[in-house]
Amino acid sequence: MSEVVKKFMYLNRKAPYGTIYAWESLEVVLIGAAFDQEVNLMFVDDGVYQLVKGQDTAGIGMKNFSPTYRTLGDYEVRNIYVDADSLAARGLTQDDLVAIAYEDMDTEEEIENIVEVVDAARVTELMDEADVVFSF
Amino acid sequence: MSILHTVNKSPFERNSLESCLKYASSGAAVLLIEDGVYAAVAGTSAEPLVKSGLGKVSVYVLGPDLKARGFREDRLIEGIQVVDYAGFVDLATEHDKVQAWL
Repeated sequence: MSEVVKKFMYLNRKAPYGTIYAWESLEVVLIGAAFDQEVNLMFVDDGVYQLVKGQDTAGIGMKNFSPTYRTLGDYEVRNIYVDADSLAARGLTQDDLVAIAYEDMDTEEEIENIVEVVDAARVTELMDEADVVFSF
Repeated sequence: MSILHTVNKSPFERNSLESCLKYASSGAAVLLIEDGVYAAVAGTSAEPLVKSGLGKVSVYVLGPDLKARGFREDRLIEGIQVVDYAGFVDLATEHDKVQAWL
């Protein structure tokens, strides 16, 4: 295992189901988390649709991967950001999104919901801070 | 000659719906499918575009695609009709041809 921990940002800009990007991103996120890297997820533009709760794909014959987002905290993904402007343009609020819980293994600190709605300036800042950005 | 137009792209990512509504003739039908269903949700920045379209064409949305993406019918812009797959087939047969806006 590498001892160098890098800040990875996964930048998600695509809606789920219409294309394979959202699903592929989730797969890579889980792999990155397994290698003990610092994983940050950023959802902007149509990417915010990935976190909309109540998805039910029974009628379209596709796998519903939406429940997987709620387990990200268990994979030690600590930071999940959603761009406020993208939500507003789509008539959405944080209430429309899934909540993702997190428990710190060392401190036993429990956080009910790590999904954080942030403004554009904060998005910029987080992108600048990342060592690597994976785009989906 | 009446056409059924299908739009499968998000209005926030592509101009498919905008072009469709621009060129569709009065009385045509527009069916929103796949990521196109996001245009049917009320309160978005695409709502004025869709509402202007409703004055000219009939707008439908495919229910299973809407449900897959987590939106219930009470979130839709007024005047948009929800159809299932059988309704999609009915629309296709009721019109002279189907034109897809990819």
